[in-house]
Amino acid sequence: MSAEARERTIDAAARWLQDDEIVLVGVGDPSIAAWRARAAHAPNLQLVYESGAVGSIPDASPLSIGDPTLVAQALGTMSVADMFDLVIGGGRIDTAFVGAAQIDRRGCLNSTVVGEYAHPKVRLPGSGGAAEILHGAKRVLVMSPLERRRFPEQVDFVSSRPRVSSELVVVTDRAVLARRPGEDELTLVELVAGETVEAVRAEVQWELRVASGLRTA
Amino acid sequence: MTKLMTMRDAVGEHVDDGASLYISGFTHLIGFAAAREIIRQGRRGLRLIRMTPDVVYDLMTAAGCAREVAFGYLGNPGLGSLHAIRRAIEAGDLDHVEYTHGSLIAALRAGGSDLPFAPVPAVAGTDLAEVNPRVRRVRSPFGGEDVPLVEPLRPDVAFVHVHRSDPQGNAQTWGGLGDLKEAGFAARRVVVTAEEIVSEDVIRSDPGRTVLPAFAVDAVVHAPYGAHPSFAQGLYGRDNRYYRRWAELSRDPRALEEHIGAEVHDLPDHEAYVARHGVRLRELSRVGSSPSEPVEYGSNRETAAVQD
Repeated sequence: MSAEARERTIDAAARWLQDDEIVLVGVGDPSIAAWRARAAHAPNLQLVYESGAVGSIPDASPLSIGDPTLVAQALGTMSVADMFDLVIGGGRIDTAFVGAAQIDRRGCLNSTVVGEYAHPKVRLPGSGGAAEILHGAKRVLVMSPLERRRFPEQVDFVSSRPRVSSELVVVTDRAVLARRPGEDELTLVELVAGETVEAVRAEVQWELRVASGLRTA
Repeated sequence: MTKLMTMRDAVGEHVDDGASLYISGFTHLIGFAAAREIIRQGRRGLRLIRMTPDVVYDLMTAAGCAREVAFGYLGNPGLGSLHAIRRAIEAGDLDHVEYTHGSLIAALRAGGSDLPFAPVPAVAGTDLAEVNPRVRRVRSPFGGEDVPLVEPLRPDVAFVHVHRSDPQGNAQTWGGLGDLKEAGFAARRVVVTAEEIVSEDVIRSDPGRTVLPAFAVDAVVHAPYGAHPSFAQGLYGRDNRYYRRWAELSRDPRALEEHIGAEVHDLPDHEAYVARHGVRLRELSRVGSSPSEPVEYGSNRETAAVQD
């Protein structure tokens, strides 16, 4: 992805964050998106990290989700078990960021293997906390380049699966796909200016539905 | 009774070949000094368990200590792969047991609480149960759907690095608490490694910070900078430069062998490691100051008196 495409993706993700939300943030681009949202339109966004930090006000971009800068001056720290059971499992997260190598029609995510599990073409890091986050968060944001190999009809391995009652939003450099609460598959909801429905569909390995109120950003 | 001993004796006494091992720390307070001593003593066939194996288990795998790794997230945070573990898995030299973060911490908690199993509803609908035989399903007796369960984990030994401990093993820490309490209570034997050894009076001045009581601890080791290249909140920062260097170095088995020679085998103990890295460790210790406000617990005698 070009630097420009990456910036566009970060900005688009930032726009999905609303003020006063409790946001579970990962490192890298999700962190940047959350900070941009705080600076632009959501000053009261509360940042929560899987490592147990709540209400972090990091000074520098952390390399890991447990960096000291996420803890100093935070509102709270808790154990990872409490974070998973009481905060994530308990449904306290409004929006969470997770990463994925593959995203399928149903909104299932794969961050475990490309190919067969026993003899993978590519071994990826695994779920980490993604399974719990997709199960617990009200909305999940995935940032991904729009590339055909990343959008199969069915992922090779279901590392994490969104709940029917939650919302899954896939923010890419060229379009936004979303699976709203109660729906059973991803739908094209937003196009970057200059993109066409056909061009986006060509990057997805299934017949992509298009929302009736398709927006252009 | 003091449980203070050297790292050499703690590893010698508590880590057997073939043991299942948990070195705690979720990014914060990872017990690297313990790992380096285990490598130095040439332990083999270990079954390593951590939510994130991190560089600490990549190092132990590269050094030939491991036969199995159980994990939730197999990566070098923010930097891609753990190359030594990947190579060993691909070569068929290392078994791996896949969890999610939530199911691994639930398994530890179930182990520490002596539960028969722990429910892990978040893995329903994922493929985890297909690849991890320690995850099974039952029909909920309270109606509703099938619920995935995870088998409890009881590691043979855990190393838990903390800010401070008294000689008996009353261990206190602050900042990110990670998995250290769950690891400490789940393991059959527990070695606390501490940045500082303090008197029992210091522990009693702030009981709210105790994460492991002495009765859960078998040995105590004084290990200042014992988490490096991980960090100890307020004492020294994470050595991101080391993690980045590892990301490159670990691609090359020969470079790794040299690295392990220089950083582990050529040094007699952790004190020598600290001396070797004195300049960098002092640099990492310039973390500034942001002390907590003291809190008041009240005196026992006077509190009791006013209640009557």
